[in-house]
Amino acid sequence: MTLRNRILVLAAAVLALAAVAVASILHASARADRRDQAQPGGPSVTEGRVTLTSPGSMVFRNMAWGPHRDELTTVPAANPSGPRTASGVKCLRFYAASGTGVCLQAVHGAVSDTYRALILDADLRTRAKYDVPGIPSRARVSPTGHYAAWTAFVGGDSYAGTNFSTRAAIVDVRTGRLTPSLEAYRVVKDGHDYRAADVNFWGVTFASDDRTFYATLATKGKTYLVRGDLRTRTVTTLHTNVECPSLSPDGTRIAYKKRVRGLPKDAPWHLYVLDLRTMRETALAESRSVDDQAVWKDSRTLVYALPGDYGADLYTVPADGTGRPRRISTAAVSPAYVGG
Amino acid sequence: MYVADSRASTSTAAQASAEGTTRRVSAGRYRTAVAPTVLALGTVSLITDVSSEMVTAVLPLYLVAGLGLSPLGFGLLDGIYNGFSALVRLAGGHLADRGGGRHKWVAGLGYGISAACKPLLLLATSLTPIGLILAADRTGKGLRTAPRDALISLSSTPETRGRAFGVHRAMDTAGALLGPLVAFLILRATVDGYDAVFTVSFCVAVVGVLVLVLVLFVPGASPSPRVPATDTPSRPTIRAALGLLRGRDLRRITICALLLGLATVSDSFVYLLLQRRLGVPDRWFALLPLGTAAAFLLLAMPLGRLADRAGRWRVFLAGHAALLLAYALLLTSWHGPALPYAVLLLHGTFYAATDGVLMAAASDSVPEELRSSGLAVVQTGQAMARFACSLGFGAAWSMWGDRTALLASTVALALCATVSLTALRPREATA
Repeated sequence: MTLRNRILVLAAAVLALAAVAVASILHASARADRRDQAQPGGPSVTEGRVTLTSPGSMVFRNMAWGPHRDELTTVPAANPSGPRTASGVKCLRFYAASGTGVCLQAVHGAVSDTYRALILDADLRTRAKYDVPGIPSRARVSPTGHYAAWTAFVGGDSYAGTNFSTRAAIVDVRTGRLTPSLEAYRVVKDGHDYRAADVNFWGVTFASDDRTFYATLATKGKTYLVRGDLRTRTVTTLHTNVECPSLSPDGTRIAYKKRVRGLPKDAPWHLYVLDLRTMRETALAESRSVDDQAVWKDSRTLVYALPGDYGADLYTVPADGTGRPRRISTAAVSPAYVGG
Repeated sequence: MYVADSRASTSTAAQASAEGTTRRVSAGRYRTAVAPTVLALGTVSLITDVSSEMVTAVLPLYLVAGLGLSPLGFGLLDGIYNGFSALVRLAGGHLADRGGGRHKWVAGLGYGISAACKPLLLLATSLTPIGLILAADRTGKGLRTAPRDALISLSSTPETRGRAFGVHRAMDTAGALLGPLVAFLILRATVDGYDAVFTVSFCVAVVGVLVLVLVLFVPGASPSPRVPATDTPSRPTIRAALGLLRGRDLRRITICALLLGLATVSDSFVYLLLQRRLGVPDRWFALLPLGTAAAFLLLAMPLGRLADRAGRWRVFLAGHAALLLAYALLLTSWHGPALPYAVLLLHGTFYAATDGVLMAAASDSVPEELRSSGLAVVQTGQAMARFACSLGFGAAWSMWGDRTALLASTVALALCATVSLTALRPREATA
């Protein structure tokens, strides 16, 4: 084959492949238009005022298609499937308590996305901004509203790299003092100082004393529940096989996801509650695998997200192992019960 | 004049005359130009790296945001796969040598497998199939590496081999830098456009395979590297490939690569140390590998040329000296603003002075009919040594903390470099 023919063959193939490539990009960008249209039968969403202090309401990220997709929205806690009021603030993950909110959002740059954490006041005005080093995963605010924490996945950079790590950050909202990674804390494991390059933290949850927190520590392929002390900057292991802990309002129990033997590798978790006084585990009535940091609606009820048609739906289940899971809201994630 | 170690193989005469032929062919075209096959392979690598790095760049986001999976624990697969990929590489090298130089076939198969994996990503939605697809993708990479490097070495003269590898590595790295950029532009133009990223990545990979086929397979193409006859004294059997290690030069090179590999801390640890010790802000963390790649890209060709002139061995060791200096900078208490740049520049220099240069140096000691197997042996030795080092480094970090672990590696690297410099120095084999 002559050089000319070879170039012709190559040019023809490149043109054909370019057509396929362009078509796939156009197809994917047309999705933007579809998602800006509200779906028939979906929840009604209208623009309005959202505050983190209005009594008896639930604030969450609205995932329903339409102009207010991904915005923080609110519904009455008593009517979670009712009409939604949207705030105009877009977040990937969110949590709030005592008039302080934390919103993890993407910043679309010219060549790549970056992520940041916004500390919001009760009227969703930004009080502070922090860089988040990877894809946002969990967010929490202490019951006092004085501390906020978030977890991000920091991902592989080598060829087909599949090694991921997590980074958990805690900030004192009043002073702005940031601990970018809990890895800076001293780790006491089984009574001894512990150091390892592979230590990862995620899923921080705060007690109401502005000093104690709980989180997951992972090392050498095992996960641990740790109790942390913000003053001595120490974490101590308490229990194994605990991920994404969530402390009950009275501070006596931890709801968490437990890796259960025999489940598929990518959906291995069941919801459990651990009694911190007796260290007794109770399996909850949800039989599906849950990958979320559950939220305590009150001292008897948990709320969590499961994958749904438009991303995620919210479910509720009693915290004592009785009853049955019930869907309370579709196309919603990251709920926070605000206003007492 | 190129001098083959007479003990390196039983086919010295055949090899010497073969080298002469290669040289005459390219001398007849342009005395100083890089061989067309090298440029073609560089182009294929560039295109393929654009394709594969597009996927790598969006994979974490796709798993977490696109599929809602938790990517932790995914790394477990890495450890198991490291051992397997070493075997694949050796198998690729051996297959390429059998039947009288099937380098281009095995390389083509490797590129083809990787290309075929891209559309499969559109169908996989859970961790196990995605893990398998990535493993297949890397099998393709493992298969093609040694035959591709053999083709580069066979299509360039011994005096310009360092530069040929330098050109190839520079093009390869350019692709690796472009890939993530393309991927993010697509994500920017779309909503959740992971399917578009995978589709475009596939199209790009097919172009890469097509360039390879059009240049190496279609008759009448640029002078493809001459295929050595099968009935040469050293038949390309597995035993012959392992027997290469009896030759003094290749054994020395392999032992040096192993020793130095044992003290080469893996990239991710270097970036982690940079961040911890120098306080690189989080938002820059993802950009650190780009710094290394940029330095690698800019220096690969000049250092390859330098290796041709000053001696590959010297440049290879100097590259490790650059790495040693990078470790030393990480250990100092001086925390100037220029330090991260200096460390990344040294890290990139290390790659530019060692990656292709090692292949060029090893090519001198491997007869043509065993070129793929020989290069695969050296690459595998080095890769396994580095894997052992990252396990050891992780353990040392756990026991003693990051600073002491790095100090230990620095001492180990200095020791290994000294041993390589004195006891194991091969006869310099360049013109």
